Amino acid sequence: MKTSYFPGCTLNTTAKGFDNALRASFAALGAELVELPEWNCCGATFPLLVDNMLDLAAPTRVLLAAQEQGDRLAIACTMCYNVIRRTNNRLRADADALEKLNYFIEDEYRGGVEVLDVLQILRDDVGFDAVKAAVKKPLTGLKVAAYYGCMVLRPPAEVAYDDPENPRALDDLLVALGAEPVEWPHKAECCGAYLAVKSQEATAEMSYRILSSAQRAGAQAIVTNCPLCQFNLDKQQLDMGHQHGGYNPIPVLYFSQLLGIALGLDTTDFGWERHYVDARPMLRERGHFA
Amino acid sequence: MTLDEIVVPPIQRVLIIGAGIAGMQAALDIANAGYEVVLVEREPSIGGRMAQLSETFPTLDCAQCILTPRTVEVGHHENIRLRTYSEVEAVEGDLGDFRVRIRRHAAYVNWDICTGCGLCQEKCPKRVVSDFERGVGKRKAIYTLSPQAVPNKPVIDRQSCIYFERGKCRACEKFCPVGAIDFEQEDAVVEERVGAIVVATGYDLYPLSLMGEYGYGEVPDVIDGLAFERLLSASGPTAGQVRRPSDGKEPKEVVFIQCAGSRDPELHMPYCSKICCMYTAKHAMLYKHKVHDGQAYVFYIDIRSAGKRYEEFVQRAMEEEHVLYVRGKVSRVFRENGKVMVWGTDTLSGRNVEVAADLVVLAPAMVPKAGAGAVAELLGLPTDEHGWFTAAEANFQPVETGRPGVFLAGAAVGPMDIPETVAQASGAAAKVLSLFARWSSEVTVTSQVTVT
Repeated sequence: MKTSYFPGCTLNTTAKGFDNALRASFAALGAELVELPEWNCCGATFPLLVDNMLDLAAPTRVLLAAQEQGDRLAIACTMCYNVIRRTNNRLRADADALEKLNYFIEDEYRGGVEVLDVLQILRDDVGFDAVKAAVKKPLTGLKVAAYYGCMVLRPPAEVAYDDPENPRALDDLLVALGAEPVEWPHKAECCGAYLAVKSQEATAEMSYRILSSAQRAGAQAIVTNCPLCQFNLDKQQLDMGHQHGGYNPIPVLYFSQLLGIALGLDTTDFGWERHYVDARPMLRERGHFA
Repeated sequence: MTLDEIVVPPIQRVLIIGAGIAGMQAALDIANAGYEVVLVEREPSIGGRMAQLSETFPTLDCAQCILTPRTVEVGHHENIRLRTYSEVEAVEGDLGDFRVRIRRHAAYVNWDICTGCGLCQEKCPKRVVSDFERGVGKRKAIYTLSPQAVPNKPVIDRQSCIYFERGKCRACEKFCPVGAIDFEQEDAVVEERVGAIVVATGYDLYPLSLMGEYGYGEVPDVIDGLAFERLLSASGPTAGQVRRPSDGKEPKEVVFIQCAGSRDPELHMPYCSKICCMYTAKHAMLYKHKVHDGQAYVFYIDIRSAGKRYEEFVQRAMEEEHVLYVRGKVSRVFRENGKVMVWGTDTLSGRNVEVAADLVVLAPAMVPKAGAGAVAELLGLPTDEHGWFTAAEANFQPVETGRPGVFLAGAAVGPMDIPETVAQASGAAAKVLSLFARWSSEVTVTSQVTVT
C-alpha cells in the first residue's frame, strides 16, 4: 500500500525528525509514503473570509499535485492537514469556488482527492493491531501523555476523525506500542499556537498548564502529532523555571519517534538533537534507547 | 377514512401513551368527562419526570406534594384503566376503532395480591444504582420508583436479581407475607380497542458522554440537573441534603452550566431547551437555601426567562440569593486535588475564569424520549430531524397530527415546562372530547332513526 505524501515546510526543516521517523516507520509497516514530486507551502492558515479565494490557491495547487498521483493524500503536519482538508471540503461543496480557482491556477483540480492525516491512516488502514504485531521493542513501562492540540480536531465537522473533546487515536497507538498513556484532562487544550509570536507570556502560561498537568498525571514524556505544539511545549520549558520555580522539564516527542523505536528501526536520523529538552537520557534510562 | 365511512359505532374510549404529567392531565380531563381511558406507562409507576423533581419554578411548590394527589386520583379513577410496566406494540385500525396490542412486562410479582407493604424491598440483599435517582442513589433489585409510587407495587429487575443470576436467594419470596412473588411470571399481551389516541411520551436528557469537555461520567462530582433535583428532594437519596457524590461532603462552591448540548448547531442540538434557564435559577436558589455559606455560579449564554413571573424569579436568584451569573461558556471540566476545576470565559469582562468547584451541575439539552421513534413508527406519525413529534400545523393545530384521531401532548413535541405541558395536554383532551361528543350526537341520531 502506497500513499501520496505531503510533508510540508515544517517537516522538511525544523521537524525533520518527525518526517524521517514517520517515513521509515510507514515503510516498515508496508504502508509507504511517497512524497509528491513537486509541492509548495500550504499557506499555513485557512482563510475565514468566505470571499478570500486567493488564500485557497496554494492549498489547491497541493491538491492538484496529489491528483496527478492518485486519489489519496497523506499529511503529517496538523496545520497543513487542517488547511488542505478544509480547502478540499470547500472546493467539493462549492462548484463556483472550484471553477474560479481552476481558472486562476490555470489548471483543473477535480475535487477527487481524499485528504487524510497520517495518524488516521495508521489507525484505519494499517490498523493498530497490525502495528502492535510489528512491534519489536515494546515501550514497556513508559508513561506518556498523548497530546493532540487543536488542528486535527477542530472544527470537528470539517476535519475531526476522533472525538474532538476526548480524542483516543494517539492513546490507542501508544497502547499498541506497549507504552502506558496517562489519563489527563488537557489532551486537546490549546498550547498557545501563534500567540508565541505576539504574547510570549500568554503562550508560556498556556504551555505551563499543559506541561504541568501531564507531569502531575505521572507522564514521563508528552507525545504529539503537531509540530507547532511540539515547538511551543518544548521550547517554552527553557525559561519556565523563572516563572515556576523548581520546574522540571519533560521531553516532548513526535509519535513517529516512539513508533520507530518500538518497530526496532535505526533511530539515528530521528532528529533527537533538535529537541530543546533532550529525550534520550530519559529513554536510555528506561532501556528504550541505545 | 372520514367519519361518514365509519360503519361501526365509533368507540368512545381513548388510549394515552405515557403517564407523565401530560398523559395524566389528558387522562383526568377525559375520565372526568365520563369517558374511559387506557393509560399505558413503560415504567412501573406513573408521574414521569415530575416525580423526580424537588420543587417547581417559579412558585417553589413541592413537586411531590402537588403531584401525588394527581397520581393518586389517576390510580383510583373508575374511568382510568392503568397499564403500567407496559408498552404499546402494535396499532391497527383507524379513527373511531383502533385495535392496540399492549405488552405488559413480567414484574415477577403478582400485583393482584401484593399489598405494597415494602417488606420485599427491605429484605432484598442486592443494591443497584437507580436510574430514577439519576445515579446519585441506589435501589434494590426488587423495587418501586419511589415511596409514593402509584401503583405502589414492586417489580423485580431481572438483570440485577441474585436469584435470576445464580439460582439462589429468593429472600423476597421468603419474607412476602401474602406470597405475591412469582418467579415464573411471563410477559402478558393484551388487546384494547379505542377510538382515539394521545401520544405523551415525554423527553430524555442529551447524553453527556458526547460532551467530553465536561467530564461527565469521569468526574464523579459532575452531575446533571435531574440528579441535582434528587439531591434537593426531601424524598431523594440524601433526604434533601446537598451532598456531593464522591465523598458525601456538603459542596461549598457549585458551578451550574446551562446549555449543555443546547444551542450548539455545530456539535450538538441547535435548539433552546427552554426550561434550563429557569430550573438552573431554581437550583442555585434552592442550593443557597440549604447551604447558606455556599457560593453558586451559573455559566450562561443568555437568560431566557419568558413566562409569567419567570424574569422576576431569575432576578431574585441574582439579587437576593447572590448567585453569580457568568456570561460565557465552559471549555473544560476536570478533577484536580479533590476539586472539580472549571475553565470558562466571562464574555462581559473578556477574561477567562477558573473556578475550583466542589460540584458541577449540567443542564443538558432535552431530547425525545428513547423509544419515541418506535411509537412514531407504529402510529405512522412524522417526527422532525431531532425526533420530536410534529403537529399537523404549527399555528392552529398544535396538538393534532396528520393522522385522524391521534393527538399529541407535552414534551413529546419539543421542550416545554410544566404549565405549558399541562395546558397542551388539556388541549389534546379537549380535542378527544369534542370527537367523542360529536360521535355521541351521531349515535343518538342513528338510534332515533332505528326507533322510528
